[in-house]
Amino acid sequence: MKEMIFRFVVGGTAVCFFSALGDILKPKSFAGLLGAAPSVALATLSLTLLADGKNYAQIEARSMVLGGFAFFVYAAFVAWLLVRHESVRKRFSVLTIASSSLLVWFSVALGAFYAASRR
Amino acid sequence: MKLLKVEIDLSALKQIKWYEYAIRFLFGGAVTVTAGLIAKRWGPELGGLFLAFPAIFPASVTLVDKKEKEKKAKAGIDGTNRGRLLAGLDAAGATLGSLGLIGFAIAVWTLIVDHPAWLVLLAATFAWMFISGVLWYLRKTKYGLRIFQSRHHQHQDISSH
Repeated sequence: MKEMIFRFVVGGTAVCFFSALGDILKPKSFAGLLGAAPSVALATLSLTLLADGKNYAQIEARSMVLGGFAFFVYAAFVAWLLVRHESVRKRFSVLTIASSSLLVWFSVALGAFYAASRR
Repeated sequence: MKLLKVEIDLSALKQIKWYEYAIRFLFGGAVTVTAGLIAKRWGPELGGLFLAFPAIFPASVTLVDKKEKEKKAKAGIDGTNRGRLLAGLDAAGATLGSLGLIGFAIAVWTLIVDHPAWLVLLAATFAWMFISGVLWYLRKTKYGLRIFQSRHHQHQDISSH
């Protein structure tokens, strides 16, 4: 339980730090880079290294490559909908588009994971 | 070589309400705990995927949209379309950041076993910054990724805000 609370605090703090950086930077397209900052990764890997060692962290990082690819597809999809599709932009809120599109992340990440684990 | 200006506006911090940070803290903490629990239950192979989960992305782009709408509302203008376009631009930035995230993961994956952990995490963070920054620069200059450019170039006016 203690470890979970510690994880929660470290992860929350890392995310707040990177999002505050995103808030103060201009132009917005540059600040948007911070939307994909390795905040959760830094927090998780630091704690993993302390508790489970380097080999365990290496396996997590290898899988993170697939998660990162899924993030790329997800963010590109959201940007594509909001920038290129006026009808979608007019009809749905940003929160609806960004939240429902998380299905894209799950599909790509788990699909890539399944494909990689079968090789 | 074209120079692009990146500015720091500390006054923007004052505009963020405490509960917006609380939401980010909760989401960030929850995803970090979830990633740890998944790794413990199903192994680091599956848990590692969630190290690149877009934890606060929906909240961040919503905030961008909300702020723009509020700004326009003060001037008596409906900023719905503009706010959503700006959020799309933020998402396009995150697309490039996610390629940096892949670079981060590859750096940790390939270096962590043979080098000091703190140095690898530092190098991986620099790799993320470098890759994201270079891609952003290329996008803003002549190698711009056309997929994210509006047909009517509506966002060109707002990209500097």
